Amino acid sequence: MILRGALRDRAVLAAAIVLGALLLLALLAPILAPYRFDALDLAQRRGAPSARHLFGTDELGRDLLTRIVYGARISLSIGLVAAVLSVAIGVTVGATAGYARGVADALLMRFTDAMLSIPTLPLLMIAAAVLDPGVPLLIALVGAVGWMETARVVRTEVQSLSVREFVTAARAAGARGPRILVRHVLPGVLPTVMVALTIAIGRGILLESALSFFGVGVQPPTASWGNMLYQAQTTMSSEPWLGIFPGAFIFVTVLCFNVVGNALRGGENRT
Amino acid sequence: MLSFLLRRVAQMVPLLVLVSLVVFALIHAAPGGPLALYLDNPNVRPQDIERLRKAMGLDRPLAEQYLAWAWAFVRGEWGYSYADGRPVMDRLLERVPATLQLAGISALVAVALSLVAGVVSAVRRGVDRAVTVGAIAGISLPVFWLGLVLQLVFANQLGWLPSAGRTSFAGGGLADRVAHLVLPVIVLAAAHAAGWSRYLRSSMREALTQPFIDAARARGVREGQLVSRHALRYALLPFVTVVLLDASLMVSGAVVTESVFAWPGVGSLFTESLAKRDYTVLMAFLMCGAITVALLSLASDVVVRSLDPRLRDAA
Repeated sequence: MILRGALRDRAVLAAAIVLGALLLLALLAPILAPYRFDALDLAQRRGAPSARHLFGTDELGRDLLTRIVYGARISLSIGLVAAVLSVAIGVTVGATAGYARGVADALLMRFTDAMLSIPTLPLLMIAAAVLDPGVPLLIALVGAVGWMETARVVRTEVQSLSVREFVTAARAAGARGPRILVRHVLPGVLPTVMVALTIAIGRGILLESALSFFGVGVQPPTASWGNMLYQAQTTMSSEPWLGIFPGAFIFVTVLCFNVVGNALRGGENRT
Repeated sequence: MLSFLLRRVAQMVPLLVLVSLVVFALIHAAPGGPLALYLDNPNVRPQDIERLRKAMGLDRPLAEQYLAWAWAFVRGEWGYSYADGRPVMDRLLERVPATLQLAGISALVAVALSLVAGVVSAVRRGVDRAVTVGAIAGISLPVFWLGLVLQLVFANQLGWLPSAGRTSFAGGGLADRVAHLVLPVIVLAAAHAAGWSRYLRSSMREALTQPFIDAARARGVREGQLVSRHALRYALLPFVTVVLLDASLMVSGAVVTESVFAWPGVGSLFTESLAKRDYTVLMAFLMCGAITVALLSLASDVVVRSLDPRLRDAA
């Protein structure tokens, strides 16, 4: 369907392949990583990239490539689960507001606008610093602040879909409100939801990495791409590889999700 | 216009109440609450903490505490920083000029960049793909990482630009100040220019399909004029709205950029205060952030109304 059309674009195909490879890398981390997660190479501390350690080693002599591969598990799963969560909230709020209209609509959209105007990152940083969250709570926090755009788009689409003939027909056939919404209106919103989901994954990964970069996200010894950068920022000039590689992985991953999302939206086809 | 303004200001109140409730709840959910800082300090005895708790009213019901805090905040009594005992408002105000300078210049650069990129990619199909790729890349960049890499290349390796701060230790003249601005402005502007140019591109595309463009073309208006005079005017309206509404992103961006480049603004005050659990400063920062965002969204409404005669007459 849409995806197949989008994949005909070579850039989009490349992005999809890279994403597939990254997912595989994360899933098969124990098999694919060159070293054990916590293996120390004390003779090679702060080692520059070499044949033995492709991406170099950190201050404890841990292999950076291994840590990036394991970090992919944390970063990708936070991105994925937080995106599903935020899209689920967005669809629920947007669909309810768009279908119910009236007072419920006004209240929900006011709340959405309010959420949009809160500076997200500082608020999350305070929340993370105060609550000292583990990965599940971190996912909940990231998911809780990313649903507003989805809610707005879904609301507009539900509004326009629910005055179409097939909805009237369903109502005439005796279907009730919730059933109409779930069975007849929501399937029409699916393409939009797919786009929102792809974009939200990238945004979730960026947000997690920013929180971890400030030391309030994923806590060591668990590795995420963001907290590897937190540790690397003070040694950027002497051991630049510790900062360059994790950041490059964040960038490439988010870029691929955005390229796919943009193609799903039809950004390339319309030109 | 006046009644419109009043209505909009009144709408800001529930929003700010919501923000303050969230922040207040968060800070009081912390282990030790606002006194967390003292709990770790071996020089502060448990009796002292109890006395402080009484003195600061922390033994009262939460609702009462919230109302007392809110009323004090409205009167401009923002309390004292736990870190150095100075009034919170002084600490924030002394940092504002640096942030305004950085954010203002970055916003101007980003607007200029996105105007060029947005218009060119809407009009010239050949360039569009390259600009699109650049914009998507810009949106995907982790801001702090871009900052670290630019520091590494241009400050540490090439030595062309200073890596941090607002001036050199000795102070320095205009050239020194400008040199310190270059990297932070690039980082903060890049993130915004990417998103804004996409937006302008799609509204320019829409503008160019409007009947009045055909009409102008039929009257013999040249293509260049058509784009710069007729279409851009139409497309600029939603663009201005988006730029002003993105202020909350600008606040987040300032926090990141300022702390990477040790820029002595409000954003780095925030990260310093976060590390010290300086809750009075954190609360005031978030409230001011939310107020700024609300004011800019008000400004965008006012701008749109004054630019769009249809809305002006309707009121």
